Amino acid sequence: MSPDAAAGTVPHPTHLAHQFDDAGQQREAASLGMWVFLATEVLFFGGLFTTYLVYRNWYPAAFAAGSHELLIWAGTTNTAVLITSSLTMALAVHAAQTGNRRLLLLFLLVTMALGLVFLGIKGFEYHTEYVEHHVPGAGFQFDPANAQHAQLFFSLYFLMTGLHALHMIVGLGIMSTMFWISWRGVITSEYYNPIEVGGLYWHFVDIVWIFLFPLLYLIARHAH
Amino acid sequence: MATVLAPPHHYLNDGYGIKSWLLTRDHKRIALLYLASITFFFFVGGLFAVLIRLELITPVGDLVSDETYNKLFTMHGIMMVFFFLIPSIPATLGNFLVPLMIGAKDLAFPRLNLASWYIFLLGGLFTLYALVTGGVDTGWTFYVPFSTTSSTSNVIPAALGIFVTGFSSILTGLNFIVTIHRMRAPGMTWFRMPLFLWSMYATSVIFVLGTPVIAITLLLIAAERLFHFGFFDPALGGDPVLFQHLFWFYSHPAVYIMVLPAMGVVSELVAAFCRKQVFGYTVVAFASLAIAVLGFLVWGHHLFVAGESVYAAMIFSILSYLVAIPSAVKVFNWTATMYKGSISWATPMLYAIGFIGLFTIGGLTGLFVAAVGIDVHVTDTYFVIAHFHYIMVGGAIMGYMGGLHYWWPKISGRLYNEFLAKIAAGIIFLGFNLTFFPQFILGYLGMPRRYHAYPPEFQVLNVLSSAGASILGVGYLIPFFYLMWSLRYGPLAGSNPWSAVGLEWTTTSPPPTENFARTPTVTWNAYEYGEPIESHVA
Repeated sequence: MSPDAAAGTVPHPTHLAHQFDDAGQQREAASLGMWVFLATEVLFFGGLFTTYLVYRNWYPAAFAAGSHELLIWAGTTNTAVLITSSLTMALAVHAAQTGNRRLLLLFLLVTMALGLVFLGIKGFEYHTEYVEHHVPGAGFQFDPANAQHAQLFFSLYFLMTGLHALHMIVGLGIMSTMFWISWRGVITSEYYNPIEVGGLYWHFVDIVWIFLFPLLYLIARHAH
Repeated sequence: MATVLAPPHHYLNDGYGIKSWLLTRDHKRIALLYLASITFFFFVGGLFAVLIRLELITPVGDLVSDETYNKLFTMHGIMMVFFFLIPSIPATLGNFLVPLMIGAKDLAFPRLNLASWYIFLLGGLFTLYALVTGGVDTGWTFYVPFSTTSSTSNVIPAALGIFVTGFSSILTGLNFIVTIHRMRAPGMTWFRMPLFLWSMYATSVIFVLGTPVIAITLLLIAAERLFHFGFFDPALGGDPVLFQHLFWFYSHPAVYIMVLPAMGVVSELVAAFCRKQVFGYTVVAFASLAIAVLGFLVWGHHLFVAGESVYAAMIFSILSYLVAIPSAVKVFNWTATMYKGSISWATPMLYAIGFIGLFTIGGLTGLFVAAVGIDVHVTDTYFVIAHFHYIMVGGAIMGYMGGLHYWWPKISGRLYNEFLAKIAAGIIFLGFNLTFFPQFILGYLGMPRRYHAYPPEFQVLNVLSSAGASILGVGYLIPFFYLMWSLRYGPLAGSNPWSAVGLEWTTTSPPPTENFARTPTVTWNAYEYGEPIESHVA
């Protein structure tokens, strides 16, 4: 029997890839695939969190001093921005599920805008730190008592927030694609896997920040 | 069952152009793309091994300079570990068989599967470029501070190539996990799955959870070299031992990435060529998962002499012993499967038996080096080299060769020359032991690894080892030729040349692009071969 005859008995819906039997199987596969990918991401950032853990335990004073130099208002604002973007992302997924294309496009747009605001604020912070000579390397300047180990703090700060920002940029790329296919009307209440899976990724990137914020900005900020 | 010797339509004649291969989403064709790529990398890695063994024939460093020698063993390790052993069985046999064995049309994400091959090739060629345009001399382990502050070789490009290739492992693992969870045919329950799939699943878990850690570690190395961040530099407050922790958190489980798939293959082979249900199926299945989980808890045994606390060393030593339990369970169960089985000595079975013996030696010497006291004596000697080559070459490659021969008729639709294949299997077994057994003795006597010169009293054993390596090399070349030859001239195989059970043998050889004419419904357990004793009585 030719392959066509086997597949030919039941017409295959447009968005159902040939290897799947039905839309439910395809949706579950897509969703599980993203969860597995996020597990990879957790371990990826995990290496950095481990490094952070070791050096913060070794050099608590230098890490506290370094943390105090960060712009806490910027970090706090960014946390609020990202949490809000997670809300709009969840609303976008809901709009996709209910087949409301106008709302879907609106919420995707707001999510992207919030992502851009985050990156803008982050860029402003990086600039400030550059001006204040807090970028590790030959030009690094800090209170001599903690200079060497504060440099480790800032190395971790730039690497962790930098990787996070990179994930945000990738997320914006995904959101743009989501916006484009939603605009073209590909997304319906029957087929919204891309939005759901893209949303999972977006929430993950937010959650990474939820850990980064206290670890980097809030060291020893509690009242004595 | 009607045997179709030559199916009119199959995945190999479904398009002939270069685009039909380079843009294919068929898991079977992607498996062949991987097969060609890893064979290439295997021979590149082998070439470096040839040069190493040539240098070591004489006690003085006369063939290459010490720096060139450093690059040779580094490039041998990098090529073999990252570009041959890790992808070997999963990316070729796994890619080909996972959908066939569960009765699916393809993997869950065919496009991602093709992407992972491109990522693999990109990383591999980039690393190869770094190696031939100057090389890397850090050892495949990239230990700091040498790799970050001292080495002037191409560390960043090589690390970048491995970093990129890691994503192909992750995507393959992700694809397998989702496929095994979501794509099984009706009736194919978890405990009806062939044990090869359990081992693929366990391997995939390591791919997904281990690989990102080596990725971030290599990124830290690159950042350290580029921006002088000082994470691993004691002069800046960093800790070189932290690198070793991070590195081995992946690289020890990576050993199980290499050997678990081979174990899965051996389970298939032992059942098929003893015509018996694998003894203790459930235990063997869970042993794979146990090895994957325990494999993540033993990395510290690489740091016994690196300034690890004595308590940490004791814990890691005990945990390492624990890995021996599921490993031994497998060996005992394969042996018990063979017991009173109707054993046929086909080539794949020769490799399976070779695997069981060599893996046992490799595993038992693993217990030696997991004991803190002995490890201090043999660490960084040829004893360790011999130990892990028994696992990686004697274990993983034996399993790979056995699987390749077993499924070759399914992949190509043709039979290879059984006589030559048996000869080659024998040559490989002999050559392997002659190469690596003397290294146990050399190491125990104190010959350190990674030196291109050595005291004259070690020469006899080194000459034996080099002689063995040349035999081993010939042994690997023979299959290359007769397998290629069989593609055109081999007799047609038919759907099931081994009279084996398993869904992959119910479809034609080669299988159609869609794998099965109709989605199969499974009502039987794996390895229902019937009882051989009864059949003898009858």
